[in-house]
Amino acid sequence: MSNRLFAVVAIAIALAIAAASQLIANEYFFSAAYTVLLYVILATAWNILGGYTGYVNFGSAAFFAIGAYTTVALFYAFKLPLLVTVPAGTAVAGLAGLGLGYLTLRLRGVFFAIASLAFAVVLFTFVVNWDFVGGARGAYVLQPSEVPFGLPRYIHLLYSVMVLMAALALVVARAIEKSAIGRGLAAIRDDELAAESAGVPTLKLKIFSATVSGALMGMAGTTFPYYLSYIEPSSAFSLSYSVNSIAMPLIGGMMSWMGPLIGAVLLGTVQQLVQVTISSAWNLLIVGVLLVLFVTLAPNGIMGWVEAWRQRRHR
Amino acid sequence: MEISPALLFNAIIAGLLLGGFYAAVSVGISISFGMLDVVNIAHPGFIILGSYIAYIVNSQYGFDPILISLALSPLFFLLGMALYRVYYLCFEKRGQESLRGLAFFFGILFITEVVLILVFGVDYRTVKSVYAETTLRLGVLDFPLRLVVPFLVSVAMVVGIQLFLTHTFFGRAVLAVAQDPLALRLMGVNPVRIKQFAFALSIATAGIAGAFLIVIQPVEPSIGREYIGLVFAVCVLGGMGSIWGTLLAAFVLGLAESFTSTFFGPSWAPAVSFGLLLATLAFRPSGLFGR
Repeated sequence: MSNRLFAVVAIAIALAIAAASQLIANEYFFSAAYTVLLYVILATAWNILGGYTGYVNFGSAAFFAIGAYTTVALFYAFKLPLLVTVPAGTAVAGLAGLGLGYLTLRLRGVFFAIASLAFAVVLFTFVVNWDFVGGARGAYVLQPSEVPFGLPRYIHLLYSVMVLMAALALVVARAIEKSAIGRGLAAIRDDELAAESAGVPTLKLKIFSATVSGALMGMAGTTFPYYLSYIEPSSAFSLSYSVNSIAMPLIGGMMSWMGPLIGAVLLGTVQQLVQVTISSAWNLLIVGVLLVLFVTLAPNGIMGWVEAWRQRRHR
Repeated sequence: MEISPALLFNAIIAGLLLGGFYAAVSVGISISFGMLDVVNIAHPGFIILGSYIAYIVNSQYGFDPILISLALSPLFFLLGMALYRVYYLCFEKRGQESLRGLAFFFGILFITEVVLILVFGVDYRTVKSVYAETTLRLGVLDFPLRLVVPFLVSVAMVVGIQLFLTHTFFGRAVLAVAQDPLALRLMGVNPVRIKQFAFALSIATAGIAGAFLIVIQPVEPSIGREYIGLVFAVCVLGGMGSIWGTLLAAFVLGLAESFTSTFFGPSWAPAVSFGLLLATLAFRPSGLFGR
């Protein structure tokens, strides 16, 4: 399937899902689905750098928070609507990915991983001390009282925006995967030295992939302040975003765009159920245990099982 | 702002005392990451585990937390051996340590944190010891014993590790693995066994450092994260795997943090180690004292 066709199909499916779900009467569905979609975007974005290129980003939460706090800052400064803050947050997070990538992607992959973690803590400290966006106390971002498109509540709009964003993230990930860039990234993942000697512009490609990955994570964060109407640093920088965005691609499978999608939908739904029925600490434990189990016992994730099953059938 | 000499000197003393503690926290990473190339992101998780074990035994029987940790360090040693076994079999042997090994340790860190939260909750825990409340005074200078005691034991431990590595057969074998595992194999030595031993040693130091931590400040499960940046900053700043470098870098970091919290406020302190780490990685990845 060509990229353009895939994009059209993905957006059409997203619009259909967004429209059809408006018939669902249960309000809880929208806030639960919002969280799952958030994870779809984060996992897909993480996989562009982690799965395709082989560089582990421990700081997904930081990029997510950049998107969220760009919305807050622009809202406080100029009262800008969501339509403006989404691209702005995406761009700022992309620039952050570019900067971090430029500074640390020349080193071994391990150093990038540690630097990404360090980046998250430095940024967290910065936001805690930045009073304009509320500092440690947090900030209120009230949902507009008028909801466009005749939707009953604001959460319906946020949910629909997230469905579209998730589709967009998947389109971008798939386009990268199928292109020459994607093959270059795969070469870096498999053997960076060999790739460099074969003429692959490794540094450029790595920085490109860090920028796109960061931008998509930021995009996921831009709607977050509206989701709760309130934002504080420790919820925006929550470690669970970082852990989930690593665990979901690993569990789903890192080699294709479908892996993170499957991982995020499965793990995200399970977490929503556990959170309601048991408690939120337990759902974090489940994510951690599943991450360790999959990475030790099924390193290629669910897509790896599917692949093995298909090969066996062909033989 | 007026800076009085007393404030300045006390900031220096606090920084040095803190630096000694940081050396104990980071020496394990200098062994596992610096020498063995095992990126043990979960190291701070084991430090917090050490704090809680010291807390449990201390609150039950009232023994001194640091003595408890020294007595129980063989347990941490065994834990480290088991962990390295799993890591070796699942990742190192298959050449997958870079991505999946990292994710594995990240998962372990996360699991220790969540399990501690489930068992003990998020309340801050403290220990009782005979020296916790005492502060020695020399003129205007303060020497709080809750910092001095961990400092002394910690520096002794780090110096002991350095002597062990350079003066015993097994220690030299560890250094040899760090330099050239292939050459070691050609000599008929199994590098895996030696790495397992060295990794276990690094986890044992984490357990002891955990007791220092809970003597110095109250502990809750998620403060482990703050030490991730610190341990790697010290390790990289000290020049990957050099024990003397680790000790010096730990003092540098302790001083930097102490000055930041004295002159800019404690809320900026966490950014210091991570900021230094970012700067080191960006501009001088071989470390301050690297070759």
